[in-house]
Amino acid sequence: MQDTSKVTDTTPAKTTGATIDLPGDWRYAPSRQSSAPVTIADRYGLFINGGWQRPASGEWFPTINPSTEETLSEIAVADGADVGRAVKAARNAYEEVWGPMSGTERAKYLFRIARMIQERAREIAVLETMDGGKPIRESRDFDIPQAAAHFFYHAGWADKLEYAFPGIDPKPLGVAAQVIPWNFPFLMLAWKIAPALATGNTVVLKPAETTSLTALFFASICDEAGLPPGVVNLVTGAGETGAGLVSHPDVDKVAFTGSTAVGKRIQADLAGTSKKLTLELGGKGAHIVFDDAALDDAVEGVVNGIFFNQGHVCCAGSRLLVQETIHDRFVDKLKRRLATLRVGDPLDKNTDVGAINSRAQLDKITDLVESGVADGAEIFQPRCDLPERGFWFVPTLFTDVSQSHRIAQEEIFGPVLSILTFRDPEEAVTKANNTPYGLSAGVWTQKGSRILWMADRLDAGVVWANTFNQFDPASPFGGYKESGFGREGGRHGLLAYMDTGI
Amino acid sequence: MTLAPSRDSVLPDRITNASLRSFLGGVGTVDEVMTHRRVAELATRSIKKDSKRAALLTAVRMMDLTTLEGRDTPGKVRQLAAKAIRPIPGDPTIPSTAAVCVYPNLVPVAAEAVAGTGVRVASVATYFPSGQLGTPEKVAEVEHVVSLGADEIDMVIDRGAFLRGDYLAVFDEIRRIKDACGDLHLKVILETGELASYDDVRRASMLAMAAGGDFIKTSTGKISPAATREVTLVMLKAIADFADATGVQVGMKPAGGIRTAKDAIRYLVILNETLGAGWMTPEWFRFGASSLLNDVLMQIRWLDTGRYQDPDHFTEA
Amino acid sequence: MNRLDVRKTYKLYIGGKFPRSESGRSYPAKSTDGEVLARVSLASRKDLRMAVEAARQAQAGWAGLTGYNRGQILYRIAEMLEDRHDTFVGQIVAAGAKPRAATDEVSAAIDALVWYAGWADKFAQVHGNLNPVAGPYFNISAPEPTGVFGIVAPDAPALLGLVARLAPVIVSGNTAVVLASEPSPMPAITFTEILATSDVPPGVVNMLTGSTEELVPWLADHGDVDGIDVMGASPQQRKRLQEGGALDIKRIVGLRGSVVDRSPQLIGAFTETKTVWHPKGR
Repeated sequence: MQDTSKVTDTTPAKTTGATIDLPGDWRYAPSRQSSAPVTIADRYGLFINGGWQRPASGEWFPTINPSTEETLSEIAVADGADVGRAVKAARNAYEEVWGPMSGTERAKYLFRIARMIQERAREIAVLETMDGGKPIRESRDFDIPQAAAHFFYHAGWADKLEYAFPGIDPKPLGVAAQVIPWNFPFLMLAWKIAPALATGNTVVLKPAETTSLTALFFASICDEAGLPPGVVNLVTGAGETGAGLVSHPDVDKVAFTGSTAVGKRIQADLAGTSKKLTLELGGKGAHIVFDDAALDDAVEGVVNGIFFNQGHVCCAGSRLLVQETIHDRFVDKLKRRLATLRVGDPLDKNTDVGAINSRAQLDKITDLVESGVADGAEIFQPRCDLPERGFWFVPTLFTDVSQSHRIAQEEIFGPVLSILTFRDPEEAVTKANNTPYGLSAGVWTQKGSRILWMADRLDAGVVWANTFNQFDPASPFGGYKESGFGREGGRHGLLAYMDTGI
Repeated sequence: MTLAPSRDSVLPDRITNASLRSFLGGVGTVDEVMTHRRVAELATRSIKKDSKRAALLTAVRMMDLTTLEGRDTPGKVRQLAAKAIRPIPGDPTIPSTAAVCVYPNLVPVAAEAVAGTGVRVASVATYFPSGQLGTPEKVAEVEHVVSLGADEIDMVIDRGAFLRGDYLAVFDEIRRIKDACGDLHLKVILETGELASYDDVRRASMLAMAAGGDFIKTSTGKISPAATREVTLVMLKAIADFADATGVQVGMKPAGGIRTAKDAIRYLVILNETLGAGWMTPEWFRFGASSLLNDVLMQIRWLDTGRYQDPDHFTEA
Repeated sequence: MNRLDVRKTYKLYIGGKFPRSESGRSYPAKSTDGEVLARVSLASRKDLRMAVEAARQAQAGWAGLTGYNRGQILYRIAEMLEDRHDTFVGQIVAAGAKPRAATDEVSAAIDALVWYAGWADKFAQVHGNLNPVAGPYFNISAPEPTGVFGIVAPDAPALLGLVARLAPVIVSGNTAVVLASEPSPMPAITFTEILATSDVPPGVVNMLTGSTEELVPWLADHGDVDGIDVMGASPQQRKRLQEGGALDIKRIVGLRGSVVDRSPQLIGAFTETKTVWHPKGR
């Protein structure tokens, strides 16, 4: 819960008569997505070699719904022996079946998987929302359709790889170890598995500890799709399971999406090997708004940039750099827009901001927000009625933020926006780049030449100009600097899973 | 410091075409893609049960029930007025619409039919729908319509003048017509289907508000596209900025092409999440529509009964 | 009476200048049969630090040149190398190679430079493309140089190995700090004399001679180095470079392939892909 003493009024200061005071009296009645179509087993084993297996450890851990704190199911803890079995299954499948298979046949499996995701989209979306806390509107309209699109896109590449890179004879790497985060559980699975399979690799994937359910659902899709045993294997568990997987000696490729701290550990663990590594890590994206921007649209972009998925987005625009000339006006508009965000039950179709994924993440956000207040930044939070149980955080703005504040430097991974100012393009670029991260940046201006000038200079793998948080299977995604290396999506993303001899 | 609300606060001291051009140059631009995206996002709002009933009843109260046809007759207008006053005969829980909207000739008929009911009479004027005549003639028409007993005047802007950059002509004309209206509410139709871009819609909105429009309105209904949710969002945001800059509240009327209850609710969602409570009344928001009312009524009945309805049970106006 | 020849002092190359090691140290470069060919500078960690500083300072300017311009400069290096073909053959032979092999090596180095020179204004077309996204957006991906690369040059072939690893680094706009072949440093130093006279801006290439073993940890852990080409490093050194690289997510290149690879993919390995989105609207 928030300390309400810090909450400031939602009504922007006014100097004139007509005021816009949101939200209105017209309350939307709850419109809850039914969870009826979803069946969740009491307990899930490990999906290895095409079948469900008991973990060697004999241990399970609970997975909870972060919006209710109710236990949804129990998930197996995979230990070293389980990881070994999974890697062995993947190796066998690679050598016996998937490696020798023609690209056209591989493509058909991926197309089939894409179709099955579309057919079962509603179930997956509900499951995703229950397990992870994200609004059903997002899992329904973004995560799951994008995941299907990723399989569809990569399916088409499977028999065209010789055209992807001039002079390169396309070869898979072998067994890919993939570790994914909890913010987009099913979509990150698609980002990892689709290109790996399209290029002829087999996979052992570990979903995040708090969000295993949709990955386990995917296992049933693989099964129904008739995917040969061992091509996709799932090991569940916490960091230890992931560490065991990425350092397994019979793994040829490691792909990790998660925090920069863990990414560094993985890179160090792989020292002395020639495993191909791609890392998609943290960010502290700058969202730069010039005074000539289409301001209302920029407000939309900024709000989407930081409050999408509760701010649990590595490329979130968590630092707003707004030109000094429009600072007050823009912040007023932002505050007003913030007041319309609907925070609460993720299964309600009208919810904009759902539950924080875990208690641990809530504690981290709370700690950083407290540091912002202690450092002297000005906090703004609209009034929100939050559910009593579950993990919640009110959408938060900080103004008067200095570059040296922790909230301007550290990745918060929550619905918290830090607002700074700049005077000219040079200063905007300098401030935007003044971070060890380099994943995303946003620029809002109507001046075309300035967009291109800025885009050239921003150290970011993705630059959104007059838009933000756009994703597409055809568009490569990945970071500069400590946000990682390698790309996911697009033609470029194939390289992460191909042996180009380099 | 609190200043009295004044439209003049956004206007240059000396009003010339050049100074108006520079005023409009500073009102900012609109991104088409983001506008569409926001409208699509708001279209996913799921409005159920009590909130749906509230929205539908509000929509009825916001309606300018309209007939603007060459074949309109006094009889037709009297039927329309009866429908406006009591949308479902014998059901007092269904409120009256805000107004009936007719051509000038029929204003006296309409005024007589709604007298004492609270339903207002709106009339189109200024050589509606094209507006292709000189300002003095338009002013004379408006003066005439006022004398016939209209409560509200819906004028069209001179789109030709706007598109050729003669902002002073557009501005002056609105001012003079507002003067001719006296205390009557003036709704300024931009005819957005004839404006090239959302940037033009935004500029025309600002010009109309600065010149004295009490409402800005999308369309005559005679040009396609008429009202769209996107263009409405653009205009609502202009209204917000105008209110911020001047303290003056201006109303909004999408008109033409809004035919279903679902459509109406989507407009109300956009209104609710853009301007909020202060605009969620017939005083500040109207639907210009003719066939919308019956669909809204059918939906209200569906909420009441849980059964899908037969249009033949709802009277034609 | 025979004329006494004038010997060259082999120094480091940092920021376009030829300093001795700040440590004042040197070591003997020997031929395969043990003859001392010259004493060359034994670079220290401070020399490495200065080299990284010079590389960082030069990077934005070098990347800011047009590809056409960088291509001409790389071609200029080839021209100058051709001009001193015999000098390099002499040095390579002196270090123990057969004349024929030495000649081939120098020719191959020149040809590699010409090959990469032509890529300067083309690699972005091969590595970049428009992405057909499902929405009203213009979306393009293009490569940009990563920044400052450390290069552990292969011990042998000393000249060709150096050129084959360096050219794909700098052609896109990266700058480099090179640890020259420890046993055969002379071609590397002579090569820097070519760089100094080929319109290569100061700091774009910085050459350190000395003990690879001693310098590897400093290079590995340097926070302002963005990536390292480990092709020339021993397995132990590679591991150390990878470990250091993990401190700040350095790009590690050269784990696969061979010393003399020549590929546009290699240019790509030293770049970052930037993707830019913009809506299409009226």
